[in-house]
Amino acid sequence: MSGESATRITPGNALRPEDIAQQVTEGNKASEDVADYALRLGDDALILAQRLGWWISRAPELEEDVALGNIALDQIGHARSFLTYAGSAWGKSEDDLAYWRGESEFRSSYLVEQPNGDFGRTIARQLVIAAYQHELYSRLVDSQDETLAAIAAKAVKEVDYHRDHAEQWTVRLGDGTEESHRRIAAGFTSVWPYVQQLFEDDDLIDRLDGIAVRPSELRASFDAYIAAVFAEATLEVPDVQPAMTDKTRVKHSEHLGYLLAEMQVLAREHPGATW
Amino acid sequence: MAQPVKPAPEETSALSDKQPWPLWEVFVRSSRGLSHVHAGSLHAPDAEMAVRNARDLYTRRNEGVSLWVVPASAIVASDPDAKGEFFESPKGKDYRHATYYTKSEGVKHL
Repeated sequence: MSGESATRITPGNALRPEDIAQQVTEGNKASEDVADYALRLGDDALILAQRLGWWISRAPELEEDVALGNIALDQIGHARSFLTYAGSAWGKSEDDLAYWRGESEFRSSYLVEQPNGDFGRTIARQLVIAAYQHELYSRLVDSQDETLAAIAAKAVKEVDYHRDHAEQWTVRLGDGTEESHRRIAAGFTSVWPYVQQLFEDDDLIDRLDGIAVRPSELRASFDAYIAAVFAEATLEVPDVQPAMTDKTRVKHSEHLGYLLAEMQVLAREHPGATW
Repeated sequence: MAQPVKPAPEETSALSDKQPWPLWEVFVRSSRGLSHVHAGSLHAPDAEMAVRNARDLYTRRNEGVSLWVVPASAIVASDPDAKGEFFESPKGKDYRHATYYTKSEGVKHL
């Protein structure tokens, strides 16, 4: 993921992962707890990006290939920043963390690990994760940790678009044909058991008071936003039980191992390869 | 003997019902440009999605500060086959160009 690119254009003062890496070499190191927290945010972004990348060439239309690809690349950007910062605590690079950790060392949520399913299910997952990330990042900009705040300030603008994209499609599919309504409703039913985990607090969050955003505090505004979108989309909040998950994010769904095998195979077969 | 695989009923109905999305023409005004310039076209189910798709497809390298999308069906175009008759008339009418005229003596700054 690192390296120089001749075509890279960074207008304005947008914070790049390379800037974070530079700060890290200048001595900006995350504490162990901050690193663990950054790992959660970075892993959610990374695993989601890996999932979304699958859609390129497979979306209903070329334009959606590009839209989902753009969203995936934005998430990769967030993941790179968070993982670079997290790695500063352990002397590891973003690539070390992305490609050389095992399944139990990841801190992604069950939701982002869920399979893409059909377009409706992917949009359902997108609306949930984008609404959650939007609430999260718009509060993380006030974190006492300046690096986390800066990453969030860049990410929230991009996630705002991701949320809009999912919202547009949720409304169109929900309030569309009988078939599109059935599919998007089924999509929400399949991802809804994994919503609760996103909003659970644990000891790490307690220790990072003023630095981390308390997930439980995001739930009310998340629910209000979803209710407004569902009203327009003629959808109802699924009546399903939360899945057995893990608020410390050490345990994962059965899907993560397969995803990692695909994501990590190149780096592991050809260590140190550049292109 | 190999049998052709029958698509599931769900797939056949989805395929046969599928209407292609309408075509939209995209115009982008760059930060230094005064007018919107035709950038290309795209498919989108409606105008709102067309603007979003245009953002993804035509402004991803910081090209623009303003976007227009126009249904391609709303554009009335000249007939490419009638190019001759349609555009021939100005040819030979050099007096429509400023360079046709000789500069009068004593005129400065021209």
